Amino acid sequence: MNAGTLALAALGLPFCSFVLLAVALPLRRAGRAAGALSIAAIGGSLLASLVLWRTLPGESVELTWTWLPAEGGPMATVGILVDHLTASMLVLVALVSFLVQLYSLGYLEHETPPALGRYYAYHSLFAFSMLGLVLASNFLQMFIFWELVGLCSYLLIGFWYTKPEAARAAVKAFWVTKAGDLGFIIGIVLLWGQAGTFQFSRLFQMAGDRTLPTAGLALIMFLIYLGAVGKSAQFPLHVWLPDAMEGPTPVSALIHAATMVAAGVYLVSRVYPLFLLTPDVLALIGWVGAFTALLAATLGLVQADIKRVLAYSTVSQLGFMMAALGAGASDAGFFHLLTHGLFKALLFLGAGAVIHAVGTNDIWQMGRLARAMPQTMIVFLVGTLALAGIWPFAGFFSKDAVLAGVWEGGLAIPFLMLALSVFLTAFYMFRVVFVVFFGPRHAEGHAHDAPPVMAAPLWILAVLTVGWGIGLATRGGGEKAHGPEWVPWLATALAVAGIGFAWLTYQKRVVTPETLARAFAPVYTAAVGKFWLDDLYGGLYRSTLLGFSRLVGWVDRYLVDGLVNLASAWTLRWGDGLRRIQTGRAQDYLYGIAFGLLLVIVWGYWR
Amino acid sequence: MGLQPYLILAACLFTIGLFGVLTRRNAIGILLGIELMLNAVNVNLVAFARFTGETAGLIFTLFTISITVAEVALGLAIVILIFRVRRTVEADQLHLLKG
Repeated sequence: MNAGTLALAALGLPFCSFVLLAVALPLRRAGRAAGALSIAAIGGSLLASLVLWRTLPGESVELTWTWLPAEGGPMATVGILVDHLTASMLVLVALVSFLVQLYSLGYLEHETPPALGRYYAYHSLFAFSMLGLVLASNFLQMFIFWELVGLCSYLLIGFWYTKPEAARAAVKAFWVTKAGDLGFIIGIVLLWGQAGTFQFSRLFQMAGDRTLPTAGLALIMFLIYLGAVGKSAQFPLHVWLPDAMEGPTPVSALIHAATMVAAGVYLVSRVYPLFLLTPDVLALIGWVGAFTALLAATLGLVQADIKRVLAYSTVSQLGFMMAALGAGASDAGFFHLLTHGLFKALLFLGAGAVIHAVGTNDIWQMGRLARAMPQTMIVFLVGTLALAGIWPFAGFFSKDAVLAGVWEGGLAIPFLMLALSVFLTAFYMFRVVFVVFFGPRHAEGHAHDAPPVMAAPLWILAVLTVGWGIGLATRGGGEKAHGPEWVPWLATALAVAGIGFAWLTYQKRVVTPETLARAFAPVYTAAVGKFWLDDLYGGLYRSTLLGFSRLVGWVDRYLVDGLVNLASAWTLRWGDGLRRIQTGRAQDYLYGIAFGLLLVIVWGYWR
Repeated sequence: MGLQPYLILAACLFTIGLFGVLTRRNAIGILLGIELMLNAVNVNLVAFARFTGETAGLIFTLFTISITVAEVALGLAIVILIFRVRRTVEADQLHLLKG
């Protein structure tokens, strides 16, 4: 099979599964059967993606069909574009989707069958949308899939829609990402106005031979970047991601850690040749990314909810990726996206296993789980070490590449922010590890390791995280070949310092957390208050949007409805008046006829 | 004699008929008024036919007379039926279509 067929197969299988689940009601109601179908479909996608990845020809493969025909060439096309970037992203998306869907069978075993069927229908739709986003060959198609994944995110965050927090979080996620998407679509349309095409390949060609008009391009690329800001939870639109943790944990692992939130990073990588034309926007991306990384890392320090810690860590790592892209190291950023997708999914699924066993998200309610859940402890530790950036886990190499890239890109202050974030990342992650697995408190109930259907995905991800890292280590580091010698040492030293500090604070109690909070009182207060961004947005939302809604409501109720009511009242009055003419006596009508005739005659003479 | 006196006669007849139709309360009176108006038209037609030499007016008159007969027969039949149902032929009291 050639590359195009494989890619279409990978895209088509989840779509067929979704349509089947959406249409065939008995199948969806069956629950586990629906899950089996969805898992089989995504498994097929995974196989196709893997084969595609292994057999990919050197140059990119593009298939194009006309969508909106117009004079002088089609106005819009649909198609798929497969190159190395796409293929590796396809494998990541299909792999994590497959593992998460498998894991969900165990995690959501207590759901009713119809709810489970609904869950898997959403998951199939998500897999289709995400794969479509990755394969899109033009901006318009990408935007459509971009919105579809946003929709799936909304549906899955609000999966337990009877819970008010979940419903609110779903709406919040939808709103905040839409704020970015608005910029994205405006940017796409403006770019079309400049270049006359949506297609990536033609845009890259124009960028390559410098025929793309550069006037206003910076604004366009900034607007397109706004879409990535919303989706990839960059400052200041990062506020939705921690709230999105109200969804089921596997959903958080898939959508809000590994795949969908990485779509923004993927978008910037995908159209990187265009961003290269606007160095100012790239610098902005780098600064915002680094700032997001640091901000989210400080926020992660004070969370008590295990999933929220991971969510802020996701925001932080997305900041790392964006910083690398902004500094010109697009390979490093994308590399970090791939490794992060693996180990963050692993961490979330591990956290899900813990939550499943303990029945709470609060890390202070857990403790000593290392003895009760040894397997989970091992895989969680693997993920944590990878996230902290310890040799030879995969995260070490990608984080190192990111740091080296940012340093090489000449962004000194963002580099310092990222270095501080590395330290904080190690600290807050090992805070979780020490408190949850080695803490003094006994968890209530009988915690035990996850059942095989949940443990298998964990082990697969853990093995991949370690195996990939070891593979990179034996091949001499692969992508991190460039950059100064001291960067990996600095990163490792910072990470180890963070781990050691966490050990001293939460295990040995040499320094109490309270002392730390007092020492860094301003930062601590700000972090507990989430830097008041949520309050700011909430206030803005309430004052402007709700105020505006109230105004519109008033206009509708009194002006629009008033006009309608006036019209109907007048009609009634006039009708009542005219009714009296109808006396029912034929002679009165005859008077009317005679009088009218007279008028006509007189008028005729008058003229 | 010229055309004018005939036309004046017809106009007088028509006006009297119209007056009768509009003012009479009795249904039969109204029918009589209609009869007068129709005959005024007949006078007009015959007068014009006579002065222009066209025979069409005469033929129309013949039709009008026969149709008038039918109309009166029908009208009277309706009046009798109304009387049977409503016990009156006063037009004022026949106002079932009052709005």
